[in-house]
Amino acid sequence: MTTPAISVKGLIKRFGEVEVLHGIDLEIPQGQVSCMIGPSGSGKSTLLRCMAFLEEATEGLIYINGEPLGFAPGPQGKPVRLPAARIRAVRSQIGMVFQQFNLWPHMTALGNVSEALKTVHGVRKSEAEERAMLQLKKVGLAERAGHYPSQLSGGQQQRVAIARALALEPKIMLFDEPTSSLDPELTGEVLNVMRSLAADGMTMVVVSHEIGFAASVGQQIAFLEQGRLVFAGPPRDVFNKPRHPRLDQFLDTYLDRGAAMLA
Amino acid sequence: MNFDTNLIVSIMPELARAFGVTLLTWGFGVIGAVILGFMVAVGRRYGGAWLNYPLWLCVEVIRGTPFLIQLFLLYYGGPFVGISLDPIPAGLLGLTVYGAAYFSEIFRAGFEAVPPGHVEAAECVGLNRPQIIRRIMIPEMTMLVLPASVNMAIILLKETAVLSIITVPELTLVISAIGSQQYAFVESLFLLALFYWGLVELSGRLGRFMEVRLSKYRFVTT
Ligand SMILES: Nc1ncnc2c1ncn2[C@@H]1O[C@H](COP(=O)(O)OP(=O)(O)OP(=O)(O)O)[C@@H](O)[C@H]1O
Ligand SMILES: [Mg+2]
Repeated sequence: MTTPAISVKGLIKRFGEVEVLHGIDLEIPQGQVSCMIGPSGSGKSTLLRCMAFLEEATEGLIYINGEPLGFAPGPQGKPVRLPAARIRAVRSQIGMVFQQFNLWPHMTALGNVSEALKTVHGVRKSEAEERAMLQLKKVGLAERAGHYPSQLSGGQQQRVAIARALALEPKIMLFDEPTSSLDPELTGEVLNVMRSLAADGMTMVVVSHEIGFAASVGQQIAFLEQGRLVFAGPPRDVFNKPRHPRLDQFLDTYLDRGAAMLA
Repeated sequence: MNFDTNLIVSIMPELARAFGVTLLTWGFGVIGAVILGFMVAVGRRYGGAWLNYPLWLCVEVIRGTPFLIQLFLLYYGGPFVGISLDPIPAGLLGLTVYGAAYFSEIFRAGFEAVPPGHVEAAECVGLNRPQIIRRIMIPEMTMLVLPASVNMAIILLKETAVLSIITVPELTLVISAIGSQQYAFVESLFLLALFYWGLVELSGRLGRFMEVRLSKYRFVTT
């Protein structure tokens, strides 16, 4: 047994009084694509953001390649916060891609991708840009290196955002609905980049409403509903009939929505 | 009434000195106010409640009282609490603190306008807080706070005239003195207005020029 890339243990997340994750246990296997699906508001983003330490768990622990993220079990069982340097070190194994791209508008594509190399890792500008250029090539945007985000299409921006995360050579990539704010004709280019990343053996966790992508590329599907993990398993178990009644319901409404958009 | 151009020529050297004092108090006052205002905005944002609340109170008091009275209190009331300052340092300090209250509000709004996702993206690639402020927040908010900041700088320029009440030898003091000595009120006030207006016009233009230069950084709408 190898250590899972991510393991989530008893994760509870409350925003004030409201509990949105009610005790999640989940393991993300190494080198695979895990997709999280579920209705809106089920807590997919919150779970993913906890894995990136953008949200702190109210209770429970998260391990990245066996190392505790943010909090470690303390002497009395109560989690203790780890020192900032330790948190940063564990966190650096993770790359995150957002629905809204979140590129920095005052930097070119190359600037966005090379920023952390220069500022955080003290890599010389020329070398940082060389390395950034390699990543931009990987997402097919080498010739757009000098463009500002406002001069790029949504699909191109998202590919730059992927390159930005890849530049730090993370072991795990998290994607929160990476194609949801893109026009349909632009989703393909982003999904293709993600497919080739998966083919290279990157460990990926993808929150997506692209059921087709989840079914074809995903090696593990996790289905969330109302803050609970209903089940997780390989796509053939999940999507083939007979299906879990809750998933059936979800897919029905999902497909209905798609049909409604077509009509 | 005759407009006496000879008079104007004869008082030129004195005017130039006064003009210099106005420019210097204004320039250093704005720089000081921007720096202090920025520190206040950062303190209020990241310092927790125990820093936010007192700073909020200071800002509200300063914004809620006339500059004239603050300056009076500082210059004439200061010695009673052991702060005895010469006119120019007192004027500079007063202008800095007064301007800082307004600049801090401008910057606070600027911080709030930076999309949280841009900050999260920076956290995710490992930037720490000072790096995020320096590399992401300041550049992103510059474009947003520029118009209000230029406005504030212009207001501070006009407020330098108030420094005359604590005998800072700036334009307003010197020109009114000349006016009363030479019985040439209209000429001197006309000149004074011209000076201020010229400066305001100039700084407004500078501000717009910078806005144009920075406009390529405008936010993507997604
Ligand atoms: N910062 C927050 N403060 C308070 N409540 C929040 C916050 N973030 C999320 N929530 C709540 O937590 C619940 C789960 O939200 P989350 O964004 O994780 O859902 P999701 O599955 O990603 O939905 P979607 O498919 O619409 O993106 C929702 O009820 C939401 O209102
Ligand atoms: Mg979401």
